[in-house]
Amino acid sequence: MTTHPRSPAAGLQGARCRGCSVAVYPADAACPRCGGPAEPALLRSAGTLWTWTVQRYAPKSPPYQPPPGGFEPFAVGYVELDEGVRVAAVLEVDDLDAIRIGMPLTVRAGDGVPRARPTTAAEESS
Amino acid sequence: MTADVLICGAARTAFGRSEASGRQLAVSAVKSALRDAGIEWPRVRAAFGGSDSAGLADTLVAELGLTGVPFVNVKNGCATGGSALISGVNAIRSGMADVVLAVGFDKHPRGAFDPRPEDWGLGTEYGSDGLMVTTQFFGMKIRRYMHDHGITPHTLARVAEKAYRNGELTPEAWRRKPVSAAEILDSGMVSDPLTRYMFCSPGAGAAALVLCSPEVARTLEGPSVALRAAALRTRQFGSFEVFSPWVAGGEPTSVSRAASAAAFEEAGIGPGDIDVCQLQDTESGAEVMHMAECGLCEDGEQERLIAEGATEIGGVLPVNTDGGCIANGEPIGASGLRQVYEVVQQLRGRAGDRQVPGEPRTGFTHVYGAPGVSACTVLSR
Repeated sequence: MTTHPRSPAAGLQGARCRGCSVAVYPADAACPRCGGPAEPALLRSAGTLWTWTVQRYAPKSPPYQPPPGGFEPFAVGYVELDEGVRVAAVLEVDDLDAIRIGMPLTVRAGDGVPRARPTTAAEESS
Repeated sequence: MTADVLICGAARTAFGRSEASGRQLAVSAVKSALRDAGIEWPRVRAAFGGSDSAGLADTLVAELGLTGVPFVNVKNGCATGGSALISGVNAIRSGMADVVLAVGFDKHPRGAFDPRPEDWGLGTEYGSDGLMVTTQFFGMKIRRYMHDHGITPHTLARVAEKAYRNGELTPEAWRRKPVSAAEILDSGMVSDPLTRYMFCSPGAGAAALVLCSPEVARTLEGPSVALRAAALRTRQFGSFEVFSPWVAGGEPTSVSRAASAAAFEEAGIGPGDIDVCQLQDTESGAEVMHMAECGLCEDGEQERLIAEGATEIGGVLPVNTDGGCIANGEPIGASGLRQVYEVVQQLRGRAGDRQVPGEPRTGFTHVYGAPGVSACTVLSR
């Protein structure tokens, strides 16, 4: 791997198996289906929400590190990308009651786990 | 044609919180199972057992008697009991032994299990960002299932309501107070759409079985139950499991589907022939989904079946007649054998206030656990 898998500039740096074209994120050296070598692949970061839940109580610390303002309930889910892989992400939505399966989301890799935000019109047309 | 294996003795302890150690609970269950079978410990020719976090089963010989018996430790997560059972079946079928003990026990600290990301091959950010929480997985799996197959929150509440009602009828259960569906829905959201009272809790308990060859079983007085199949499977590509940073696209595969199909094939009967069953119900949604994954109904049919009372003790397909994990708690190593104990008692007609009417002849058990393992049995009298 030449690119850091979580580099923000890289979008979603996953991997794809040449043999069975299975895409994964984060990148892995081996294909989880056939065990063959997987190659780095830039995954499209836009997708739709496959499923989700809300973490209603503060997870045990450690390992959990609450944000500076203290714990607030947050949503987590899986975003289904065009490549056919569903990526676990914290959902950055303003209204937890407005979350729906199928809503368009864009996944960003950063310092922590992937984070997904509602896809904007500009992102959709790009 | 594989040789018959018969369950001649079965016992469990009370589940829940206990002053006793996991090992002490195990010794108590083993002695009760031997008494139930009418067999003395020195007659046992092989033993298999384990716990997830309460010690090694082979150390039980210090209390049971130092007979020199081959005693193999099993550690296979939620499938620990099922794996011990399969080992026992193979010991009898192969001719290694004609009397075998299978024992499962556990004792967990209060509160949710405490997984570490590094033990799961994940980066530390999955812990620091709050994704190492098992209940999230259960919430997300049933959320998608409800979306695809029209299951409602009220159905999830009815599953838990039944569990507590059956728990009241089970002397060894932990939760023995009925809770209404309304109270369950109002008990506070844990991981949407699952509320607090829809979940089981880690606890303490033990269960033990005495397996015999047909020749030995004929010399015993008590009623025996045939263990027609015991099957274990691990996940295949495409399954949706706890702590997955990604899930493959397409319809998810199911290890429970694979293990149950293998068990039914080995038994030579189908899901439609089953009179009573115990399914992994870590939470309400799991029971709903496992009904379909084990072939007992079609996807989506649960909404109607549960509304009609089909899964009640008096229904056409009684599920978790002892209250399941929701009412008994989940001592991981003991859970699978607790299910088999319950079916054995039902088939013997010894289930007391929770006896399924009509003299059930066939039963099925199913456990499922991380990181994608399932063990199933088919029993008949």
